[in-house]
Amino acid sequence: MLRLPRALYLQMVAHCITGLPEEACGVLAGDPVSGTVDRLYPTRNEAASARVFTVDSRDLLQADRDAEGNGTQLIGVFHSHTHTDAYPSPTDVGQAPDPSWHYVVVSLRDSHPVVRSYRIGGDLVEEESVVVLGQAAVAVAV
Amino acid sequence: MAVAVDVRLPTVLRSQAGGQSIVTVKASTIGDVLRELVSEFPGMSGQLLNDDGSLHRFVNVYVNDDDVRYLESLETPVREGDEVSLLPAVAGG
Repeated sequence: MLRLPRALYLQMVAHCITGLPEEACGVLAGDPVSGTVDRLYPTRNEAASARVFTVDSRDLLQADRDAEGNGTQLIGVFHSHTHTDAYPSPTDVGQAPDPSWHYVVVSLRDSHPVVRSYRIGGDLVEEESVVVLGQAAVAVAV
Repeated sequence: MAVAVDVRLPTVLRSQAGGQSIVTVKASTIGDVLRELVSEFPGMSGQLLNDDGSLHRFVNVYVNDDDVRYLESLETPVREGDEVSLLPAVAGG
C-alpha cells in the first residue's frame, strides 16, 4: 500500500500536468515498511520526451542525499503517461530497478488524472492501493 | 596511484554487500572502483558492468556531485577523500 499525504499527492499531479506535453517524473521518500511518503522530489526528465522518461541523474543524487539527511530514504518513483493508461509499460517493467520500490503512474490521458501504484519484481507487476492521507478532514459549519 | 575511497551503495545493492551502506575500496579510477566491488561482492556482477566491461546503463555512478557519464566515464580518476555514490538509474516509458 502507498500512503500519500494530500499535499504531496497534489504536488505530484501538478508536476505531471506542468510537464505536458512531455512525460514528467520524480522520486518519493518515506517509510519503506508502511509505504508512507513523507517527501516528494519532482525531478527533470532527462529524456525530455512524451514517450519515455529518465530521472535526471543529478536531481536523483540530490533527492537521495536530502532524504538520507532527513533520516528517510527513497522508496519509489512516479511518472506520467500522457496518452496511455495508468499501467506500467513494458519499458517501465524492463527498467524497474528495485522490487521493494513503489512505481506510481499518473495517467493524463483523460480530463481527470488517474493515479495508480504498482510493485514490480522481474516480469511481475502487482497493483497496490493508494491511500491519500488527510482527504476526509473537511469541517462543515452548521 | 590507488587511493582508498568510500562508496555509498543504494538499498538495492546493500544485500550483496552484507547489508553495508558504505564500503571502502582502493582504486585510481571509477573503472577500478567498480571492478573492485564486483571482485569483492560477486553478487553485483552484471549490475554494474556489462560483459564487455563497459558501464551498465541501469546504474548511475557519481564522484562527489558529478555523474561520471558527464566526466570521463570509467576513466574518471578518483582522489583521496572523494566520495563515490551508486544509485539505480530510474527510467521507463
